[in-house]
Amino acid sequence: MFGIDIRQKAWSAGLIVLFFVAWELFCVITGMSDLVLPRPSQVFVTLVQRFPVLWPHILQTLGTTMFGFVLGVALGVTLGAIIGVSKTAYDTCYPLLIGFSSIPKVAVVPIFVLWFGSGTVPAVLTALSICFFPIVVNIATGLATTEPELEDVLKALGASKFDILWNVGLPRTMPFFFASLKVAISYAFVGAVLSETVASNRGIGNVMMTASSNFNVPLVFAGLFVLAGLGVALYAVFSLIEGRVTGWATRKNDVIAT
Amino acid sequence: MVKSLIFRGAKAGIQLACTLAVMRMHPQDQFDGQPVPEGTAVSAIELSEAVVTFGRGDRAVPALSKTTLKIADGEFVALVGPSGCGKSTILRLVSGLVQPTSGVVIVGGREVAARAMRVGMAFQNPTMLPWMTIERNIMLPLKIVEPFRSSFRKLRNTEFRDKANALLEQVGLKGFGNRYPWQLSGGMLQRANLCRALIHQPRMLLLDEPFGALDQFTREELWAILQNLWMTHRPTVLLVTHDLREAGFLASRICVMSARPGRILDDSRVEFARPRTVAMTFEPHFVALNQKLRAFIEDARSAATQGTG
Repeated sequence: MFGIDIRQKAWSAGLIVLFFVAWELFCVITGMSDLVLPRPSQVFVTLVQRFPVLWPHILQTLGTTMFGFVLGVALGVTLGAIIGVSKTAYDTCYPLLIGFSSIPKVAVVPIFVLWFGSGTVPAVLTALSICFFPIVVNIATGLATTEPELEDVLKALGASKFDILWNVGLPRTMPFFFASLKVAISYAFVGAVLSETVASNRGIGNVMMTASSNFNVPLVFAGLFVLAGLGVALYAVFSLIEGRVTGWATRKNDVIAT
Repeated sequence: MVKSLIFRGAKAGIQLACTLAVMRMHPQDQFDGQPVPEGTAVSAIELSEAVVTFGRGDRAVPALSKTTLKIADGEFVALVGPSGCGKSTILRLVSGLVQPTSGVVIVGGREVAARAMRVGMAFQNPTMLPWMTIERNIMLPLKIVEPFRSSFRKLRNTEFRDKANALLEQVGLKGFGNRYPWQLSGGMLQRANLCRALIHQPRMLLLDEPFGALDQFTREELWAILQNLWMTHRPTVLLVTHDLREAGFLASRICVMSARPGRILDDSRVEFARPRTVAMTFEPHFVALNQKLRAFIEDARSAATQGTG
């Protein structure tokens, strides 16, 4: 088990290194201009040199992402609980939700800007609007799949809907919930950067926008690297939390025979 | 910080959802009086001309036709009959999960209104919650039913846990309390399921084919365990089963039901001495009882096919 795990990780790391080496070689061999595709080594140098300038923007992007994400989770859990508990609410709300979630969020940003001006608020709202949907779907699914027999056992005991939800429904949705958090945090991040790119004077999205209009291509790529790094880090954090909180859902793999 | 915010948000959301969902429900304890004093209640369960029809108008499906049944306190009654005949409907009527379309259902001296009767129930599927240990699973009803509910947090690691473990010991699962459900076999889970149904000392135990998914040997083992539980706790038991030997082994009374819409065709006492053993189920008078019941069910089934065909 352990050996395979280490080897798997070594392969993943190897692939990443290989990717950058290939990229570097490609640029060197074809003599690619750094206005089109800078070499990764150049990008790293830019990243390190400009880091003090980038840092506040990183914090800004991270902040708007997290804020939008937290709001999105609150909204998502609420809607998911309502929809999952009541069949009627499910049937009523679902078409509207699907409709809303199908709108490309980039199209909504101008509206947010119109209402709230450019800057932090539209970024938070975009992050929220893009990330709550997977949470709604997962919470609702988790609640809807509660075993009817167990529900009968509890109802026969006089359990209220809240009792059943609190003791059975919600714990059962936890694996779904945390799986959706991983997706949602990535979405929130995309939403925040998207909005910054369109309408903001702060954040990594804005830095990349400005850099590209100045033809500072290595800085654009440095921004990309930052985004990729942050995205991976956020994903990793939530998958770690997921493993801690809902280990029971995956533990079936190592059944101890008794 | 972020985590706590998430959870706070989540909890607020849930509360809202629940308020919306619960709005139509009755206040919880409006019917909760003292238990009926000993001796006054002649029957623990009384169905008089109860009819259950699911759906309305053209789509109405009769599940139970006029059924009258009286079960005394502490009796062990088995319901047998062809599949889909409404046996489970009777259980659901008694537990308050289903309302009679017409007729009256009286449980514990009170009419079953729009509230649950706090009975212990167990189904074929043990439905243990995978994130809790076995003892926690068994203690689940104590989280719901008063008077245990209000002291659950205080006593869950002392008195209630001992209670759960005492029951576990009685079903031969001593020392398994801190295991997780996935560490137990099907038969063990079903024993735990019986413990969960009994933990709050219900006066009534409703079993819907609890041993249907088990192999023959495990099943016979569990018959003995259930008999032992019944003899020590003496709840009123209503057991739905397809297995005539199971009915004969466990019950003090067997009701045979007709095909859908069900009604009771035969109601016979089983007088074999207790504790009964598996060997007894092969003795001539036990086999004779089985044959009699089988004949009733055969008739009911052929009548049903003639009726529809």
